[in-house]
Amino acid sequence: MKRLVFLLVFLAAPLWAVQPDEVLDDPELEARARALSQDLRCLVCRNENIDDSNAELARDLRLLVRERLVAGDSDEEVIDFIVSRYGEYVLLTPRRGGSNLILYYAGPAMFIFALIAAGLYLRGRSAGRVQSREGLSDDEQARLDEIMKD
Amino acid sequence: MIAELGHFALVMGFIVALLQTVVPLVGAARRWPGWMRFSEPGANALFLLTAFSFAALTYAFVVSDFSVKLVWLNSHTAKPMLYKITGVWGNHEGSMLLWVLILTLFGAMAAWFGGGLPPTLRARILAVQGSITAAFMAFVLFTSNPFERLNPAPLNGQDLNPLLQDPGLAFHPPFLYLGYVGLSMAFSFAVAALIEGRVDAAWGRWVRPWTLAAWVFLTVGIGLGSWWAYYELGWGGFWFWDPVENASFMPWLLAVALLHSSVVVEKRESLKSWTVLLAIIAFGFSLLGAFITRSGIITSVHAFATDPERGVFLLLILGVFTGGALMLYAVRARAMEAKGVFAMVSRESALVLNNILLAVSAFIVFIGTMWPLFSEMFFDRKLSVGAPWFNASFTPLMVLLGLALPLGAMLPWKRGRLSRVSGKLKVVFVFALAVGALTFALQSGRSALGPVGLFLGAWLIGGAVADLLSRGRKGEKLARLGKLPRADWGKSVAHAGLGVTMMGIAGLLAWEQEDIRVMQDGDSFELAGYTIRLDSVEDVQGPNYLSTQGAFTVLRSGAIVSQLYPEKRVYPVAGMPTTEAAIDSGFLRDIYVVVGDAQEGGGWAVRTYFKPLANWIWGGAILMALGGALSLSDRRYRVGVGARKTDRMSGGVPAE
Repeated sequence: MKRLVFLLVFLAAPLWAVQPDEVLDDPELEARARALSQDLRCLVCRNENIDDSNAELARDLRLLVRERLVAGDSDEEVIDFIVSRYGEYVLLTPRRGGSNLILYYAGPAMFIFALIAAGLYLRGRSAGRVQSREGLSDDEQARLDEIMKD
Repeated sequence: MIAELGHFALVMGFIVALLQTVVPLVGAARRWPGWMRFSEPGANALFLLTAFSFAALTYAFVVSDFSVKLVWLNSHTAKPMLYKITGVWGNHEGSMLLWVLILTLFGAMAAWFGGGLPPTLRARILAVQGSITAAFMAFVLFTSNPFERLNPAPLNGQDLNPLLQDPGLAFHPPFLYLGYVGLSMAFSFAVAALIEGRVDAAWGRWVRPWTLAAWVFLTVGIGLGSWWAYYELGWGGFWFWDPVENASFMPWLLAVALLHSSVVVEKRESLKSWTVLLAIIAFGFSLLGAFITRSGIITSVHAFATDPERGVFLLLILGVFTGGALMLYAVRARAMEAKGVFAMVSRESALVLNNILLAVSAFIVFIGTMWPLFSEMFFDRKLSVGAPWFNASFTPLMVLLGLALPLGAMLPWKRGRLSRVSGKLKVVFVFALAVGALTFALQSGRSALGPVGLFLGAWLIGGAVADLLSRGRKGEKLARLGKLPRADWGKSVAHAGLGVTMMGIAGLLAWEQEDIRVMQDGDSFELAGYTIRLDSVEDVQGPNYLSTQGAFTVLRSGAIVSQLYPEKRVYPVAGMPTTEAAIDSGFLRDIYVVVGDAQEGGGWAVRTYFKPLANWIWGGAILMALGGALSLSDRRYRVGVGARKTDRMSGGVPAE
């Protein structure tokens, strides 16, 4: 009985990520396939690339990538082919263009904005428009000293 | 009966939380001492009621009371006791109850240790904390009742998700929640200060231990989660930029920023309004994290509760608290003008740079996490933002942070000279360059990641050591090290920890080696100078699972290094397979073996990885947490110590 449970469950168990039989003989092509796989999403998984995924569909995609590479496609051609079949959703690095420019430039823009704002603030601070010489009134300084004493 | 009592205690708690929100706030506004003092027994009662409720649920899990629906869904009699208990928070409802428990625990701790805070401030802090508690209790009671019964009671349960039956993951959520919820204290302090209308050096000092504690817990929680992913998911990844990981990482980054900016408030009375804003946003991101995880709005491995009603409720909590606090901030922020003056080149400026880098990193993680949602909503473009994008966008900022950190950490307050600091760090810089160059020479034709990462790590670790040494005078340096305040030690240990983690990440990503093959019993192969031999594969039975276990021997020049037993487990009740990788952990490398499926032509699929410096990633995280803990134990930061002294001083009426 136990043996049976074993068999049943194992037959239904999902396949493993990159199987030995998938690996291409040409190490250079295989390396390219692995690199491409890192950037392709397993469509039925949650946030997994096809290289790491156990799903059947991921295996199909891995084989497809290798098929195209063996047929002589360049990396871009493989990606274009897969996007034309499965849509932009399959890419883990979104394409630069259209509305995605917001995604790509929001971070750098924020960084520049923050640098400018901080620069202005620091200039204000170092220009020293202050009430007293040290920036603290006497009783505030006394209190601060009291707090910081220990 | 016990379950009903637990439910009842929670309802009582909700009522107390509502009172806790209103009474102390009115008391503080009207200067009625009795009403203000309500906050103290209020906080205690909240904690005791929630603790009772949580204990009742735990009891139901321990005795496997399957008439409670949640127990039936997430437990099984054959499960080891440890996982029966951790099953309490291995699900949506129970984990929310844990969240509330921690909220009330922090509230009670503020009441216990906050004796030195000005009474109005303390009353307001506890009231704000009470309002957050009330909101989450309502969420639990109305949308996620953990005490729901089943009639008739089933004979046995459906078992906890096997992935969660693991020591690493069992304690990952409590730490994470201690971190998330710990940030609620910083939020409560910020909102209370805004109501009060004053933020001063003392406030900076009071808010620091809470932020520090929250950050330490968050660090441990994230570290545990990452470590678990490393050994459990079967290929040794440690970070996936999954939306839920990001949900914990954003508050972490902001907590780091908050830690550093509150130092400026404390020491220099500057950056006050920014620090308050940061405290609000940091907790806002904790709430956003809860929303992302629980609503399932962004598909993710972790979204175990996908329910629109819950999502809307959480969005409401997020909107009301963050929005409300930001509005209050908009009205009141002007009252908090900066006092300290400092030059462009100074510790203050360095900490501003730290805050920019961390806040912008958090923003990048935010936009990457939310972009698939925004893009589909506004541009009708369904797309994914995955690890490659995050790595490319996030890494440059961390490199800048690593470069600037040792310099900034040693700059003096108010006015500094870069030349003087760089003079002190010259040796460290040469050392770090040598490490980078050596790395570059040893590796051939690979990416720049390894040398750059190791350079940065050496620069950070060396910088931390130089920082400590520079505290002593010439000749008596070592003697003084022992007498340095623990906060100084904490700072250096944590900074060195960041360096260790950076080295680990760079080493692992740059030099990992992988091997995939079919092996028969007795086969062996070479990987990175090691010989790996498959001895046998056997079926083994565990307490609530069946397992296929491979026995491997790892040899190096003929000598046995270790025996490894990777497993493929199946949990029949949950009907789910898991992999248990076998790892030979070493200081400089891990050997990671996974056994896969039986092959048609005989033999087994075997995946083996050589992972250089893998353990440094978590070693660094442990150092960072240790640094935080050291700092927390510094007598200067012990809650209320500084406060008791100021109490006498600040007799005046706050500006309102």
